Amino acid sequence: MLEALLNPALLLIAGGLLLPLLHEIPRKLFMLALPAASLALLCWLPAGDAGEIEFFGIAMETLRIDRLSFVFGVIFHIAAWLAVIYALHLKDTLQHVAAMVYAGAAIGAVLAGDLVTLMLYWELTALSSVFLIWARRTERAYRVGMRYLIIQVGSGVLLIAGIAVRYVATGSVDFERMDLAEPGAPLIFLAFGIKCAFPLLHNWLQDAYPEATVTGTVVLSAFTTKLAVYALARGFAGTEMLIWIGAAMTLFPIFFAVIENDLRRVLAYSLNNQLGFMVCGIGVGTELAINGAAAHAFAHILYKALLFMAMGAVLFRVGTIKASELGGLYKSMPWTAAFCIIGSLSISSFPLLSGFVTKSMILTAVAEEHRWIVWLMLLFASAGVLDHSGIKIPFFSFFAHDSGKRCAEAPANMLVAMALAAALCIGIGLYPAPLYALLPFDLDYDAYSVTHVITQLQLLLFAAAGFAVLYRRGWYPPEIPSLNLDSDWIYRRFAPAVWDGFLRALAGGRDRALQPVLRLAWRGAARLSLALRPNGRVADAWPTGTMVLWTTLLLGLFLLAGLRP
Amino acid sequence: MNERERWLDSPRNVTRLVSALYALCAALLVADLFYDKQTHFAFEAWFGFFAVFGFVAYVFIVLSAKALRRLIRRPEDYYEHRGPGKRDA
Repeated sequence: MLEALLNPALLLIAGGLLLPLLHEIPRKLFMLALPAASLALLCWLPAGDAGEIEFFGIAMETLRIDRLSFVFGVIFHIAAWLAVIYALHLKDTLQHVAAMVYAGAAIGAVLAGDLVTLMLYWELTALSSVFLIWARRTERAYRVGMRYLIIQVGSGVLLIAGIAVRYVATGSVDFERMDLAEPGAPLIFLAFGIKCAFPLLHNWLQDAYPEATVTGTVVLSAFTTKLAVYALARGFAGTEMLIWIGAAMTLFPIFFAVIENDLRRVLAYSLNNQLGFMVCGIGVGTELAINGAAAHAFAHILYKALLFMAMGAVLFRVGTIKASELGGLYKSMPWTAAFCIIGSLSISSFPLLSGFVTKSMILTAVAEEHRWIVWLMLLFASAGVLDHSGIKIPFFSFFAHDSGKRCAEAPANMLVAMALAAALCIGIGLYPAPLYALLPFDLDYDAYSVTHVITQLQLLLFAAAGFAVLYRRGWYPPEIPSLNLDSDWIYRRFAPAVWDGFLRALAGGRDRALQPVLRLAWRGAARLSLALRPNGRVADAWPTGTMVLWTTLLLGLFLLAGLRP
Repeated sequence: MNERERWLDSPRNVTRLVSALYALCAALLVADLFYDKQTHFAFEAWFGFFAVFGFVAYVFIVLSAKALRRLIRRPEDYYEHRGPGKRDA
């Protein structure tokens, strides 16, 4: 039992809950030390299953360290640490606590050896992360947070249902590879799918992430979705359906990203698109593909955090992140601009940067399976990535038309966090061997073949030339203050409208049915009251003859009633 | 505001930058002739396949997104112009 407490997740969660007790300087030092200590613990713990506890008669293995969980555990720690540095200036303790507990929960979920433990941490990620949205403390953020929470907890409820069905059918809660035909597996698959932002289940991501706080979005971007990627890689590797889901996921967000005005929302769409590559790799399921998905998740967390950090810094200094109001900021924030460009080049997979050495593993794995349609879809999406993350993000915030806005450079701690993330992007790109060594399978893979370098440069630079042509001719869609409908319209507008209509129809029907009855009743009451008025029938002076007649009649009736047979 | 003139402020320099990009593209296209392409699919080996694909895909994505915008664009306060939450939009 005590051995179960020796878990990096619990260390982070407990440490996070202690934060409010500390004063500013000790708190900062403690926050910086916590992820490092937790990572050290993770590296120190032996591989294998551990942390067994009994929970309502179910044997749980709360800790499983193998190569797949380890690589995700490591990158989650790095992300947590970078996020701490990025948020170091922040005085809002609530956010620090939420971020630390959230990171701990995500790490706990990745290290979970069984489905029940996974589910407990799964729900905790939802409950802790929502505070990073609510911490904005506006009515709008409150509503977004509620929507986010409903969907996240909904995913957890599906997971619980799936586990229950599975437990009843098989008597086991082991978290191993599943087949969709197994009992409960479809429910678990759907739960993972919601958190992974599958097409049409995706919109919580684009809805919520851009509404979180400056530092909150950086934290959010790292964990929830990559936890889902891990869960899919563990539970559903090689599931054919995932190939197509992944390919669709790489495609549709790119169109939305092109015309989105909120640059942090552009990044949310781009995140969704990047998840597609990973999901596709998991669907292919070969050793190279799984390695590719894990490696891409690793690289992606870093450059996506870097991009969210850069956009967060802009929001922090300028007060807006709408492309239509930005431009020319490289004059005020040259360092932020430089780091942002490194992130953009990484996500676009330029040679010498991290995306190049990881995404290509997935594309090669797809090609080795001779799936040329999927391969072309991914290649097409790669050109799309160049637009929304490679060009649009840095270009419209730091260059383009000068907005005339002048501000200070980002705070020092933000710059340090961005510099570290950028250094990791470059480091992985230049020397991928340490990352490859961390991956689930031993493979000999070299991204830097002549063919790959030249073809990738051709793809990217010709796409960039496409931008140059379109922009200079004025054909590139301008940045305008606007909002684009997405699938959230279904539950934010369509469903409420249908419900409203239903209620209105119900009320109309009720009125139509009741009206004749009511009218009759009113008329009767009016006639009755007429007789009771001062000169009505009842109150009138009645002639004596009439009285005598009625009295006689009454006496006659009594007489008749008194007669007995 | 008297700021110092930046190198990028001059349109001529921007044009230079774009010309450099075009020149780089041309060089990459020519480079296709000088190495042994290792491919998985036959069509990958076509001369300039990746270049043409990149350009066409990019232009298609941007122009179709532009068309998509006509369909799905709404005012910024679309979800908030009635009910609470309007104040801090």
